Amino acid sequence: MSEIRLERIVKTFKDVRAVDDVSLTVAQGEFMVLLGPSGCGKTTLLRSIAGLEDIDAGRVVIGGRDVTELPPRARRVAMVFQSYAVFPHMSVFENIAFGLRMSKVEKTTLTRRVRSAAELLHIEALLDRYPSQVSGGQRQRIAVARAIAMEPDVLLMDEPLSNLDALLRLEMRAELKRLLNEIGSTTVYVTHDQVEAMSMGDRIAVMRAGRILQLGDPLTIYQTPVDRFVGGFIGSPPMNFLPATVRDGGDGLRAEVQDAGSLRLDGTAAWLTGRIGQAVTMGVRAEDIDVVEDGGADGVLRGRILVVEPLGSHDLLTVRLGESRLKVATRPGIALRADDPVVLRPQVERLVWLDPESDRALERPASAA
Amino acid sequence: MTKRRNLAPWLLVLPSALYLAVFFATPMAQSFALALQDSAGSWSLESVQLMLGDPDFGRAVSATLTLLVLVIPIQLALALAMAIVINKRLRGTSLWLYCYALPLAISELAAGIVWVSIFTQRGWLNSILQSLGILDRGVIWMSGESYWMLIGIIVVAEAWRATSIMMIILVAGLQSIPDEYLEAAEVYGASLWQRIRRVILPMLRPSLQVALILRVILAIQVFATAVALAGTGLTVMSQQALDWANDIDNDNVAAAWAGLMLVISLTATVGILWLLPVREEQRQ
Repeated sequence: MSEIRLERIVKTFKDVRAVDDVSLTVAQGEFMVLLGPSGCGKTTLLRSIAGLEDIDAGRVVIGGRDVTELPPRARRVAMVFQSYAVFPHMSVFENIAFGLRMSKVEKTTLTRRVRSAAELLHIEALLDRYPSQVSGGQRQRIAVARAIAMEPDVLLMDEPLSNLDALLRLEMRAELKRLLNEIGSTTVYVTHDQVEAMSMGDRIAVMRAGRILQLGDPLTIYQTPVDRFVGGFIGSPPMNFLPATVRDGGDGLRAEVQDAGSLRLDGTAAWLTGRIGQAVTMGVRAEDIDVVEDGGADGVLRGRILVVEPLGSHDLLTVRLGESRLKVATRPGIALRADDPVVLRPQVERLVWLDPESDRALERPASAA
Repeated sequence: MTKRRNLAPWLLVLPSALYLAVFFATPMAQSFALALQDSAGSWSLESVQLMLGDPDFGRAVSATLTLLVLVIPIQLALALAMAIVINKRLRGTSLWLYCYALPLAISELAAGIVWVSIFTQRGWLNSILQSLGILDRGVIWMSGESYWMLIGIIVVAEAWRATSIMMIILVAGLQSIPDEYLEAAEVYGASLWQRIRRVILPMLRPSLQVALILRVILAIQVFATAVALAGTGLTVMSQQALDWANDIDNDNVAAAWAGLMLVISLTATVGILWLLPVREEQRQ
């Protein structure tokens, strides 16, 4: 009923194409995250759904209704703004009731819905106060309560957590996720924080320069980014990228990393046969690299440790490997220090292969998948 | 060290305090003193009684207050509408702003004379209406016999002349309201009128206060426009003060008029502050 369909949306500011021919369908009840660096067009796209931007081309269809030409108030969406936009001259109650008053909801229903929204956000004790008398985190809750009091089919959120401090953000992230699960609205959520995107989204649309680069569920995007940008943007630390050359090692395929060694590519990477003698970029996540004992083993990469960062849950190593640097996550308390030599064995089945020219992932033939 | 730090704020305030004391407080006290003396210089209420007993007293006060009551709401509505249009930041907005603000650069008397040339018997208005065939003969708009016609003409001229000062204050106020408030109101279903009433006006209160106080005080002092357009057909309070000082040569009664205008201004200011309170908890 409240599926959102965006068809070939274009929005230009002066000479900049903020949104460049974007099509996207958000299913009923789905939590879609628009993720990207600032200036990628994610907020403009969200505002186009709300009707706060007049789009230059394309259609916005909400729940089967073409709303492209409708003003925001006729679109039946609720929105949480980055700055919260909680009205300073209204009490918390009146703020939450604002949308209900505008749509002339009858008084007892209004009071009931304001109270239940406030209870969901744990701010029922603040209803008589004014926004200046509550904390930033509570103001954020007011903004969310105002949105969910509308019982909206479509909920739009523009970086709602970005103005909170780190601890509060962590808490609200989980709480919002629970809440949105409960109310089941179709949600579009804009953020530049990849952790937020990963932890909350049913699906993520990674955007850059006005386009969607990759659309998929968080784990797929994390494990198989379509290009170097997505791999670098998602995950902390970002995905490592190493230049390598595909070789025929006689006993099978190998990926050679200059001055570091070569990896045996069996099984899942066998489809690289067609690339023998060619340069590739190898993408690997920090946690997909094992530090192994040096037993003169074959199929490992040898490097030297630059930095060891103990992070409690794991240690983060920065390793120089030939001309490259890469991050390696190991179990905590590893007995290695800066300048020590180190031997690494990446999990070959987890590697991502990219074209070094285009920085895009190489197509894996369907038969080999 | 501590002592000097405590002195600093007072030193900083000193120049403006001196300025206010010399150029405002002293003349004001002198003027009140004058008003409470007779022409011989001894304390009495004679001057005030002379002012109250003047046959023009009621006419001057009622004309001034009538003008005020008519012109302020018109100016407020116009200024708000203009400010909202300008705040939309459409193409050519700055040109509009200049056009709207232009009357500010014209002196009160000059503006009055311009409007005389419009409303006089052979003026612009009659010429246009005649050439359009709406009128056969020129209408005498500014006749001393038609009090309300004169009031109307002065209201139009004052609205033209002095609306922009309100508008500029309101534009500044509007620009300090973050767009997201209006967008939130829009998303949550508020029409333009609802946005004005429920969001813009309440958030604009501090600017409305300033604009209203300023305009009300200036309206109580209305002078040159009225003189230019109505001549002797209508008298206002400043006119009375001037007449008593110049023609009748009685500074004491003139001072009584000035004192009365001050008291009315002060009352109006307190009234506006009371009607449009900006409560601390409502601030950002």
